[in-house]
Amino acid sequence: MKKNLILAAAAFLAFGCQQKQAPQSIVRLATTTSVRDTGLLDVLNETFQKDGRYTLQAIAVGSGQAMQLGRTGEADILWVHSPDDEKKFVEEGFGTDRITFLHNDFVLLGPAADPAKVKGATKAAEAFRKIVSAKALFVSRADQSGTHKKELKVWDAAKVKPAGEFYLEAGQGMAGTLSVASEKKAYVLADRSTYLSMKKNIELEIVSEGDEALINRYSLILIPAAKFPKVNSAGAKAYYDFVLSKRAKEIIEGFGVEKYGQQLFFYDYAAK
Amino acid sequence: MEFILEGLRKGLHLILSGNPEIFAITRLSLSVSLLATALAVLAGVPLGGWIAVKKFPLKKLLIALVNTGMGLPPVVAGLVVMLFLARSGPLGFLDWLYTPKGMVIAQFIIALPIITALSISAMQSVDPKFYNQVLTLGASDWQAIRVCLKEMRLTIVAAVIAGFGRLVAEVGAVMIVGGNIRHQTRMLTTATVMETQMGNFDMAIAIGLVLLAVGFIVNLALTLIQQDKVLAR
Repeated sequence: MKKNLILAAAAFLAFGCQQKQAPQSIVRLATTTSVRDTGLLDVLNETFQKDGRYTLQAIAVGSGQAMQLGRTGEADILWVHSPDDEKKFVEEGFGTDRITFLHNDFVLLGPAADPAKVKGATKAAEAFRKIVSAKALFVSRADQSGTHKKELKVWDAAKVKPAGEFYLEAGQGMAGTLSVASEKKAYVLADRSTYLSMKKNIELEIVSEGDEALINRYSLILIPAAKFPKVNSAGAKAYYDFVLSKRAKEIIEGFGVEKYGQQLFFYDYAAK
Repeated sequence: MEFILEGLRKGLHLILSGNPEIFAITRLSLSVSLLATALAVLAGVPLGGWIAVKKFPLKKLLIALVNTGMGLPPVVAGLVVMLFLARSGPLGFLDWLYTPKGMVIAQFIIALPIITALSISAMQSVDPKFYNQVLTLGASDWQAIRVCLKEMRLTIVAAVIAGFGRLVAEVGAVMIVGGNIRHQTRMLTTATVMETQMGNFDMAIAIGLVLLAVGFIVNLALTLIQQDKVLAR
């Protein structure tokens, strides 16, 4: 009886797993949670995989971790948003063909009551200063992601540092951090696209937006096969060309209008 | 309170309307955890039997290690498997990272000490005279262990229940090794974490309910097998 059970389980798995082993070339993309959580990745990947030549393995992590996956040749291509780190990454020879092709922006969110009276501040640094002087709670991603790096930059510009108990380090992705901030009635920096996709589930609203310093730029970076022989450079290039194509541009520019009532990502590249 | 009931209602609706994604995730979760349990039984039961009857130096230390392994934190198992399966790791040539195969390996490592330890104690609960008697009848070591293990099959089923229960509920290892990739390595547990973080409580509740149901159905089946054997005695 036990043997039957084991056999049944083995057969079930062999059957269950077979579908996943199509003899396609696997492309591993390391990207940021904002691209996945909004649903953009699903829509793009469906089109990319349609001709059956490639299977995309998209790992959604923070930009810091994504670049770490690039640094060890674990990923074939990166889609990240942490410009300073990206430049360093390419200078150090871990990536090539970096192209900044997309943007949206970050927004500062807070509870409707706005205890730090941030509303009306047009400069991000000014808003951050107000949060500190009002001793209001701020939740940080604290995960070396692009959003976290941007937040640190704004703190630098504000020339203040939030103190211990008023600064919560969530260590989670954007969605997880927003949930924490919402429950704690805290301020938080978020990319607009993730905010819009979660708006119905959280009790936070935009308290400051529109500062030039809050522009969020996304780039693609190829991982050189010369450095890491296991990298699928043909597959990575195919995905790179696909994202920079007119087809992808159309999908990206149309994305979000139906679901969120507005365009989430803005294409900056003259697609071919 | 209202949003909990609303989430529960929507969750039940998602299940009853046969949401294909939930179905696919359930299938993957079951496949991975059942296969990992089966492999752990194939390896752990004979291993446990052998450790129990053989005399060798540091035997007590080994048993202590196996017992410690029962509490192996899944995230540690996941981390180690991830480092080994990474392209730059020693088993990188397999290309198993972020695949169901990689998740099976990680879960196998979590289940193996549980099954082995329970098999050791089951084997040791069999009267040693019985084992020696079988040997004097001309059986080889392995044949004798097999006979004894057959005697304690009820306990083995209990070990399977304990192992599978741990695996199907485990999130840390499959998150690290599988990467929670949609349509590829998203499991019931990793999906629950993700949907909860996104604030999609209806989906999280639906998947959580499926997770509970899966655990119950598999355990029910195993318990029926076990109790049938009791009655057959």
